[in-house]
Amino acid sequence: MIKLGKKTEAGALQAQTPIKSPSGFSIIWRELVRDKVALISLIFLILIVSFVYGISLILDQDEIVKVDLLSIYQPPNDQFILGTDYGGRDIFGQLIIGTRNSLSIAILVTLMTGIIGIAYGLISGYFGGHIDNMMMRVLDFFNILPFTMIVIAFVAIVPKYSVTTFSLIMTGFLWMGIARLIRSKALQEKELDYIQASKTLGSSNFKIIFTQLLPNCSSLIIVTMTLNLAANIGLESGLSFLGFGFPESTPSLGTLLSYATNPQTLEFRWWIWVPASILILLLMLSINNVGQALKRATDARQRRG
Amino acid sequence: MWKFSVRRTLIMIPQLILLSIIIFVLAQLMPGDALSGQIGPDVDPARLDEIREEMGWNDPWYEQYGRWVGGVVKGDFGDSFRFKMPVSELIGQRIMNTVWLSIVTLILTYLIAIPLGIVSGRYNDTWKDQLVTGYTYVGFATPLFIFALVMLWLFGFKLGWFPTSGSVTPGLVSGTFEHFMSKVYHLILPAFSMALITTYSTIQYLRNEIVDTKQKDFIITARAKGASEKRVYNRHILRNSLLPIAAFFGYEITGLIGGSIFIENIFGFPGMGQLLVESITLRDYSVLTATTLLFGVASIVGALISDIILSIVDPRIRIK
Repeated sequence: MIKLGKKTEAGALQAQTPIKSPSGFSIIWRELVRDKVALISLIFLILIVSFVYGISLILDQDEIVKVDLLSIYQPPNDQFILGTDYGGRDIFGQLIIGTRNSLSIAILVTLMTGIIGIAYGLISGYFGGHIDNMMMRVLDFFNILPFTMIVIAFVAIVPKYSVTTFSLIMTGFLWMGIARLIRSKALQEKELDYIQASKTLGSSNFKIIFTQLLPNCSSLIIVTMTLNLAANIGLESGLSFLGFGFPESTPSLGTLLSYATNPQTLEFRWWIWVPASILILLLMLSINNVGQALKRATDARQRRG
Repeated sequence: MWKFSVRRTLIMIPQLILLSIIIFVLAQLMPGDALSGQIGPDVDPARLDEIREEMGWNDPWYEQYGRWVGGVVKGDFGDSFRFKMPVSELIGQRIMNTVWLSIVTLILTYLIAIPLGIVSGRYNDTWKDQLVTGYTYVGFATPLFIFALVMLWLFGFKLGWFPTSGSVTPGLVSGTFEHFMSKVYHLILPAFSMALITTYSTIQYLRNEIVDTKQKDFIITARAKGASEKRVYNRHILRNSLLPIAAFFGYEITGLIGGSIFIENIFGFPGMGQLLVESITLRDYSVLTATTLLFGVASIVGALISDIILSIVDPRIRIK
């Protein structure tokens, strides 16, 4: 994180200025304080994450997904704050567990796509030439395939379907965006003096890529992964909505929304699907807000603070 | 230009082969085959094995692959063992619905994006621009399926302005004016729901294009010559900014396919996206492979068209 914005900051300040250049954290903090929407989003995110992960420690997932035929489709009341679904299961509990599951898998997929995409982009951009050309053709192919379709097809044929396989399938078709961004950054970066100097000194390619090129892409990586996290929450809940996301025993935000495919539920039982929709929207919007603020912090020309 | 087009088309061939291999492998991995459903007490397993042998299901994979590709090229996707009819016929019933849905969505997307993008780019950093940027921001963060559900709930159920499922009112004779109008009526809500959300990327692109072009030397020259503001925008800026947008429609196909899977399932619209999901729920694997293949080919061809149009519009791509 400390490397963030260092390059642009160095250009802005004169070399002989005695004032120490502000650290990456203070630049981000200034940007967040200046952008009230992003600050509120960040506070909201911290609250909701600690609330959801905190409460779900007490809640028992098996207890919540247990069918109770005596309390089917109850509107919100004293016993069930947000009512119950077709199996008499508490919506509020499912919402908490669902948010936790959706967030966890979105974070997991973001990290895995990040690792694959960064490695792929760095190698492709650093070596360039024929290697780059070939790797980009492979990337193009993955990029063309419609994501929802191919994930659905894979989910349908996996024999032992679990959360792990689901996240692996998602990762397999989501690494291209970040790979392409990192590659173009690496293409620009490798022409710069510090890389050339390192080459002259005889550093191995491996060392240059991971100890010099990678840290200089860090601001781009952080911004892209934050924005990807928001997108992944949407993708996961979309797939779960269609019934190709989490296995049935594991509620997610998308599962709650999928009950709304029943017209009766959509029209008359708002308490089942409206809270989950609002939560998805708020999560995605606030993560995006924070991501956009980070993006501005990494680019001196766009900063507000 | 020809050189680029030929080279670009040649790249498509390995893509198509790779796609067909992936789908073939998927089909092979699927549990059971078309005869699994027939296993019962009064069926002799040895007889089933004989049939399998006759159908060539025990041949080496490359022979099976060759046979499958040969059939697909002729439009033979095998039989659906749930609907008990040839897959090509089943798809024939559905494909036009999806095509129309995509076309109407695409038209609406451009109808929304072009005026908003122009306003936002021309008056950038004013309240008009902020309004449009705010819209693209929310559009970017809203998942399509949630927006579609809300649209269906509001305009389909609460207000009752639009039908909530189907692609045409049953009982109307095909070819009549009523039949056509009913089709359009059923299309409006799904297409609008998809267009309003997917349009944000086009608006953003157009806005950035116009903001960039505004500061270019040739625009300053045009102003210096004394060209009116209207002429500067219509003749100089828009001509440069709109062409890439028009060329993007091929890339949009990939997005439209993803969108139609959600939209068709939410609005109960009988198209290819719904068929894809149905075929998985019913474990109808021949239909699944056929729809996946068609969607994949459509995306690959869409990207080809866009790349070629872009190379005509923007000579820099050709030279590279």
